[in-house]
Amino acid sequence: MLALDRVSKTYPNGVAALARFSAEIRQGEIIAIIGGSGCGKSTLLRAIAGLDRASSGTVTLDNEAIASPHAKIGIIFQEPRLLPWLSVADNIGFGLTDLPATERREKVVRALERVGLVDKAQAWPRELSGGQAQRVAIARALVPQPEVLLLDEPFSALDAFTRRDLQDHLLDLWADTRPTLILVTHDVDEAVVLADRVLVMRPRPGRLFDQIEINLARPRDRNSPLFENFKRSVLTSLDRSLDRSVPDRDATQGPGQAMWW
Amino acid sequence: MTMVSDAPALQQTSEPADNAAAPSRAARYARPLLGILLPLTLALGWELVVWLGWSNGRLVPPPSRVFATIAELARSGELVRHIAATLWRVSLGFAFGVVAGTLLGAISGYWSLARRLLDPTVQALRAIPSLAWVPLFILWLGIFETSKVALIAVGVFFPVYLGVMGAILIVDRKIVEVGRTFRLSGFAMIRRILLPAVLPAYVVSLRVGLGLGWMFVVAAELIGASEGLGYLLLDGQQLGKPAQILAAIVIFAILGKLTDWLIELAAAPFLRWQDAFGPAKGA
Repeated sequence: MLALDRVSKTYPNGVAALARFSAEIRQGEIIAIIGGSGCGKSTLLRAIAGLDRASSGTVTLDNEAIASPHAKIGIIFQEPRLLPWLSVADNIGFGLTDLPATERREKVVRALERVGLVDKAQAWPRELSGGQAQRVAIARALVPQPEVLLLDEPFSALDAFTRRDLQDHLLDLWADTRPTLILVTHDVDEAVVLADRVLVMRPRPGRLFDQIEINLARPRDRNSPLFENFKRSVLTSLDRSLDRSVPDRDATQGPGQAMWW
Repeated sequence: MTMVSDAPALQQTSEPADNAAAPSRAARYARPLLGILLPLTLALGWELVVWLGWSNGRLVPPPSRVFATIAELARSGELVRHIAATLWRVSLGFAFGVVAGTLLGAISGYWSLARRLLDPTVQALRAIPSLAWVPLFILWLGIFETSKVALIAVGVFFPVYLGVMGAILIVDRKIVEVGRTFRLSGFAMIRRILLPAVLPAYVVSLRVGLGLGWMFVVAAELIGASEGLGYLLLDGQQLGKPAQILAAIVIFAILGKLTDWLIELAAAPFLRWQDAFGPAKGA
């Protein structure tokens, strides 16, 4: 279990990016974090990844405090961030250097098959399309089999069609080992397609505003009325989070947001 | 389990742009020839001027006389001895300079504490005209090979140091973060992320370093040597043989260009990943 206990982050210039964010996330759960710009979504993710340290509060994974990047936590960024001097195969195997060469090669080949890029194994990153590059990034993060995979708006730079394809693909890959997924997004559709639970954050300072459980069986039909309902409830909550006249406590204590229909 | 199939739009990968059209045979040979055109015209022109008697060519001997001198030196075996001596000094000095420059450059590029400790001193030393070291090196290391190699190494060290450190400092933070998420630090980070990332800039600094190496070998050999191309220069001056001086200069030019080209050639396979404007695509 991943536990966030009153995680706060104040930058040296005095900006409070994150204030007392607490959440408990079960192993294998898919969480989407959504919120207006500047609500500390990315700050939160970077704290969980151990890339930045929280000013106060703790992040613990299975009772182990996280203060620096951890083997059980992988991250996928908004850009693929492939290493341009390594082939696609070597990029995917980047985190596996402690393994013997044959085992590493096997895992890389399996990952390449899994993301459908076998024919690109020896290609340079510059030869890939945006969607392909992001799939390589997903494979690179998943191949060391992390328990927690963080995704920082991973599909936001892609066109709608590719994005949809990769969302389905991500779920498919997730089903293999069922890591915990924590996805930062500003796309309501994406949040409702992927997540078991949507956390809505509110800006200045970034804090938790609302939680919405998405009780929908997978695979989810993007056109079903139920799906639309969930989308609407997330949107409503998002709107309320940006409305300064709505007090913080109101949202979380209000009558079951997820069940309002 | 089956894969989610590629969207059709994804299937066509962008090919590298340089496959556009293979250059024709003529164009392939014409391009290097273009570079020879200017020196060739000048040389032939001067040859003609002397041949027509417009100049006696005593202080500026025509190419034919320079090449005759080279041929003569080659016949007597002198040429090989001088070239070997000079090449050996440059190679040795270059090797030491590159190793030291790369190591210190990487260290002060990566660790800010090391940079604060080390860099001001190195920059101060760099500000000293390197020839100022000559008397000291001769006192310390003697008049023979050691002091010459040391001087060349000093010349090579600074551009390499500066190139590596400067390039590391501007490596994309996002790429470094990838290294951090895989828990790389210290030398693993330098070896697996920073050095590959700075390789293109590194090659440039090696070439600058080599150029300075050739410069300093002349300085070293002018000071006191019994063999080497620099010695040929000095000998030519003292005995009033401009053809010999020009012969040495021509050989310097050829060797310098050749070794520079070797670096380029050796680096090319490691730089194929670059997605750059590049020589082939240059206007």
